[in-house]
Amino acid sequence: MKEFILIFRHENVNGKVSPEQMQTWMKQQMDWVGTIAAQNKFVGGTGLLFDNAKVVDHKKLITNGPFGDIKETLGGYVIVRAESAEEAAEFAKGTPILQGEGNTVEVREIVKH
Amino acid sequence: MKNNDIIPNLFKTEYSKLVAVLAKTFGINHIEVAEDLVSETFVLALDTWPYQGVPVNPTAWLYTVAKNKVKNHLNRDSIFKDKIIERIKLSEQQLNEFSIDLTDKNIADSQLQMLFTICHPSISSEAQISLALRILCGFGLDEIANAFLSNKETIHKRLQRAKSKLKSENIEIEMPDDIELSARLNTVLHTIYLLFSEGYYSESHESIIRKELCVEALNLGYFLINNPSTNTHSTNALMSLMCFQSSRLEARQQKNDTTILYENQNKELWDQELIEKGFHYLQQASKWKIGSKYYLEASIAYWYTVDLESLDKWGNILKLYDALVTIDYSPIIALNRIFALSKVQGNLIALQEAEKMNLKNNHFYFVLLAELYKSIDSNRAKDYLQKAYTLCKTKTEKEMLRKQIEKL
Repeated sequence: MKEFILIFRHENVNGKVSPEQMQTWMKQQMDWVGTIAAQNKFVGGTGLLFDNAKVVDHKKLITNGPFGDIKETLGGYVIVRAESAEEAAEFAKGTPILQGEGNTVEVREIVKH
Repeated sequence: MKNNDIIPNLFKTEYSKLVAVLAKTFGINHIEVAEDLVSETFVLALDTWPYQGVPVNPTAWLYTVAKNKVKNHLNRDSIFKDKIIERIKLSEQQLNEFSIDLTDKNIADSQLQMLFTICHPSISSEAQISLALRILCGFGLDEIANAFLSNKETIHKRLQRAKSKLKSENIEIEMPDDIELSARLNTVLHTIYLLFSEGYYSESHESIIRKELCVEALNLGYFLINNPSTNTHSTNALMSLMCFQSSRLEARQQKNDTTILYENQNKELWDQELIEKGFHYLQQASKWKIGSKYYLEASIAYWYTVDLESLDKWGNILKLYDALVTIDYSPIIALNRIFALSKVQGNLIALQEAEKMNLKNNHFYFVLLAELYKSIDSNRAKDYLQKAYTLCKTKTEKEMLRKQIEKL
């Protein structure tokens, strides 16, 4: 069985989504993780803290960021076990993150030695 | 995976608390920073809890994250930092150790002060209600648009304009001083009552939204009740009125969302708990030995919860309406008074008074005339119902009148 990383990108929700809606999404995300875990195909996942984020460029220059104009941010990721990228993409369809317009889930196979 | 139960309304409740405290700390000029930081706090929960489980104490988790977000924002944005240093008069060193005060007391105080700020007379009541729903009730743009039968863009603009106005007027998030308090409290009460009425009377909303608006109005009322300086006669009277009216919310609505008139309501659907609460606040209000419009209305609402047709009941209601028309005349109150009059002195006397009113453009006027004529001249009653049918605007009301016409 291969492993795939599902990378969540979401648009800035500030001011657009109500707290109640966020809580609903969270509940749905938990249920979604639950259905994958129930098939013993959930490896792990986490959120990525945006505070104090840094960007290091090729000159080794460290800047704070990425802040400012970017529309979507990397919110977190989940790693699942699946037979194929198609199966992993099917899993991805179930996440409530996709209810937000402009949000995406990128599915990438993790290389194993 | 740990415990995955999230407290219902947790985010909604905490949103109001956190935004109030943060905005109070930063000042009205930075209210958007407060809103954004709180939103980001929830986003982090959204990106963490599903994989690591809900923290044992979710509220404490949110508060820690929010405090850190504030610290990080201060470090990240030096212009903002300078403004805050100037505002809260701390040295940069002190600011580094500064932490947002999220004690229960400060939360309650900030929410109450925010309520007064939002209900500032410099902005329209419409804007006040929208802001209250957004900031104190944690509604999203969609939900507010729904409540006002409007669209997101309009509501967004309305909120922006209202916030700009509060900023340009330099409104501090604080309690008005003693001299101003009573007048300002009246504005707050009026806004709460408008919010309540939006839910209770508007026929054009889904029942679920209507109920939510009523509940939110009651919640805002609790902010006032819980603080000695705002726990006044009028506050208790308004709470009483809203509780009594809310108690009939279920009974008032049919599955297909048409309104059921008082006389035809299934009394078993009346919410006894709310009736008791209403009675409690009415008693509290009476301790002040003064009267008010809300007190009269609450007293009328109380008599309506008495499911017993007696001369005593209607005599009392009539007396209360007599007093109400003198201090707060409106055609609806006058029409309701005549209905009470008919119950006490009979339809003929009531008709004499009604015909003097001559409210030719008010469909309720013709509904009342029809009601009074029903037992005297059913053809005339029918004519009046037809007139009411032509005048009224909403589909539900037309439907209700059509049924009545058929019955005659």
